Amino acid sequence: MTVETKLALTGDDVRSYSAATGEASWLTDLRLEALDKVDALPMPKPDKTKIDKWNFTEFPVHAVESTVFESLSDLPDDAKSLVDAENQKNIYVQHNNTPAYLSLSEDLKEQGVIMTDIFTASREHSDLVKKYFMTDGVKVDEHRLTAFHAALMNGGVFVYVPKNVEVKQPIQVLFLHDDAQASLFNHVIVVAEANSSVTYVENYLSTVTHAEGLANIVSEVFTGDNAVVTYGAVDVLAEGFTTYVNRRGIAGRDSRIDWALGLMNDSNTISNNLTHLVGNGSRCDMKSVVVGRGSQKQNFTSEIVHWGLDTEGHILKHGVMKDASSSIFNGIGKIEKGATRSNAEQESRVLMLSEKARGDANPILLIDEDDVTAGHAASVGRVDPLQLFYLMSRGISKQEAERLVIHGFLAPVVSKLPIEGVKKQLTEVIERKVR
Amino acid sequence: MATLEIKDLHVSIEDKEILKGVNLTINTNEIHAIMGPNGTGKSTLASAIMGHPKYEVTSGSVLLDGEEVLEMEVDERAKAGLFLGMQYPSEITGVTNADFLRSGINARREEGDEISLMKFIRELDSKMEMLEMDEDMATRYLNEGFSGGEKKRNEILQLMMLKPKFAILDEIDSGLDIDALRIVSTGINEMRGEDFGCLIITHYQRLLNYITPDHVHVMMQGRVVKSGGAELARKLEEHGYDWIKEELGIEEETVEQEA
Repeated sequence: MTVETKLALTGDDVRSYSAATGEASWLTDLRLEALDKVDALPMPKPDKTKIDKWNFTEFPVHAVESTVFESLSDLPDDAKSLVDAENQKNIYVQHNNTPAYLSLSEDLKEQGVIMTDIFTASREHSDLVKKYFMTDGVKVDEHRLTAFHAALMNGGVFVYVPKNVEVKQPIQVLFLHDDAQASLFNHVIVVAEANSSVTYVENYLSTVTHAEGLANIVSEVFTGDNAVVTYGAVDVLAEGFTTYVNRRGIAGRDSRIDWALGLMNDSNTISNNLTHLVGNGSRCDMKSVVVGRGSQKQNFTSEIVHWGLDTEGHILKHGVMKDASSSIFNGIGKIEKGATRSNAEQESRVLMLSEKARGDANPILLIDEDDVTAGHAASVGRVDPLQLFYLMSRGISKQEAERLVIHGFLAPVVSKLPIEGVKKQLTEVIERKVR
Repeated sequence: MATLEIKDLHVSIEDKEILKGVNLTINTNEIHAIMGPNGTGKSTLASAIMGHPKYEVTSGSVLLDGEEVLEMEVDERAKAGLFLGMQYPSEITGVTNADFLRSGINARREEGDEISLMKFIRELDSKMEMLEMDEDMATRYLNEGFSGGEKKRNEILQLMMLKPKFAILDEIDSGLDIDALRIVSTGINEMRGEDFGCLIITHYQRLLNYITPDHVHVMMQGRVVKSGGAELARKLEEHGYDWIKEELGIEEETVEQEA
């Protein structure tokens, strides 16, 4: 028997929160509808992880008020090192739930590029946001957590690149978390219209070591014909959060969505990264790295669904498990009927650093079409003693040798991150976590 | 002058004794060759001296200038001046050859006294040129996707960059064509000198056409059964090993198993 926990939050609470954010009224209506559905919808069922005892719905406060930053030099030191303040012209910083800094180059503004916090966007670019917000990507009623997210959304950013515009410098978004009471219900939308391209990199950074709140995060990426979106992320959320992250891509004809995700949370985490290759000739390259430590429980599902002809999907996941952490790595390549000549490849590698750690690589291929190619490789193993012997025989200490092997193991993903500061940060986080 | 002394060394693998009392003394400025048919314990000797995790030393000692090597960790052995050129070097993804070499060099130096990048690159470039290695091999991942010959050259590159007192080269010549053999030999000959001693393990005499050894030893049944000068290698090339077996009354030269 399961005990249904009713939400303590009411429609009036949502209404008054919405009024305070100054968002568009359609969004408030959408929230209220979503709130009504929460209790009736089932929880998501991540393969091989039981989450019925996890707390996804109770949290201290809906939103906290935090300071804004006059300039990037006002950022706390931990955050400052992620940002090249002199050269990074396109950046949004959110401080807990408060939009705290925004800069977009004049050049991009003139070309019609939009980047703004999600509330402002819902008002100033109402039609656009309404078109993409939880419609074709992540649906409100997919399960209880998506409805919950829609009802409570308390942050996020909207990025829009018009037709034929190439955004050369990466767009950077920093979600800074330094209030233990805060919950993060962020919603990110990245739209790249036909023949455009953009690189978007986001950081989730907790500077407090313990969190009391929830993280229920949704990102939606849309590419028009022949567009390219590269989406990099480094998640470093504190222990104490219950984290649900849903990153979704919808790829148009001949377009491309590439993901490079450094999933370094210290919290229990359910991460779902799914791309629908809808347009013919579209492709997706999905790379993620994970380090689990302590008694963390995590589930990472990477899924690419092929709908269009000649679509190409590659999933690569590398995970390092230490202490008594446990992680499930589900890789799903799904080829729908009619997606002729598609190719679904995936590879999962898990490196175990302790006896008590658990890591399961769970490759799944679901194929409903004849003329396709698909493949998978998975392995779970320990640091090879012969590799250590080899490195040590050149004078390198055991600790350093292990460090080299682990970094090397994660390098195929780390090296793909498009912003130097973020790449460096991920390297440092890995260093800290595996030590 | 430095000295490496191997004294009555007994080594087992999975409780099977492979080395049954090896005695050998090598000084710097000397090149020794150990020859012998397959399965006589040659590679076991090389690996045990360096501290390979699979081999268990059951008795005996290995002294480097009087210091017991067998009590040291593998990295300490390297820092004390030993080097093992491996028959099957590991491949390590994500670690570039150059980064690996720099870590190895800096491990020998004090903190704050690391080799400068410029100096490192200059030295690496010149050694790679001597070994006729493609430039991109510095930035490729360590041994990953290297051909057999490239791996062997890469071992010699490490030898030349790390400059140990003693190198043990385990079948550095196997799988090499004549060109590669010549190049690898050039590298080893370049190291020759007062501060360097070398133990070359091979079962072909042809390497010794390029590198003239000062001493040649024959291993059988997990022991050194015969020693001599360069002429011994030539005699083995001409007459094989049977005359030694006859002379010593050995019927089966191998130990039961060698990995």
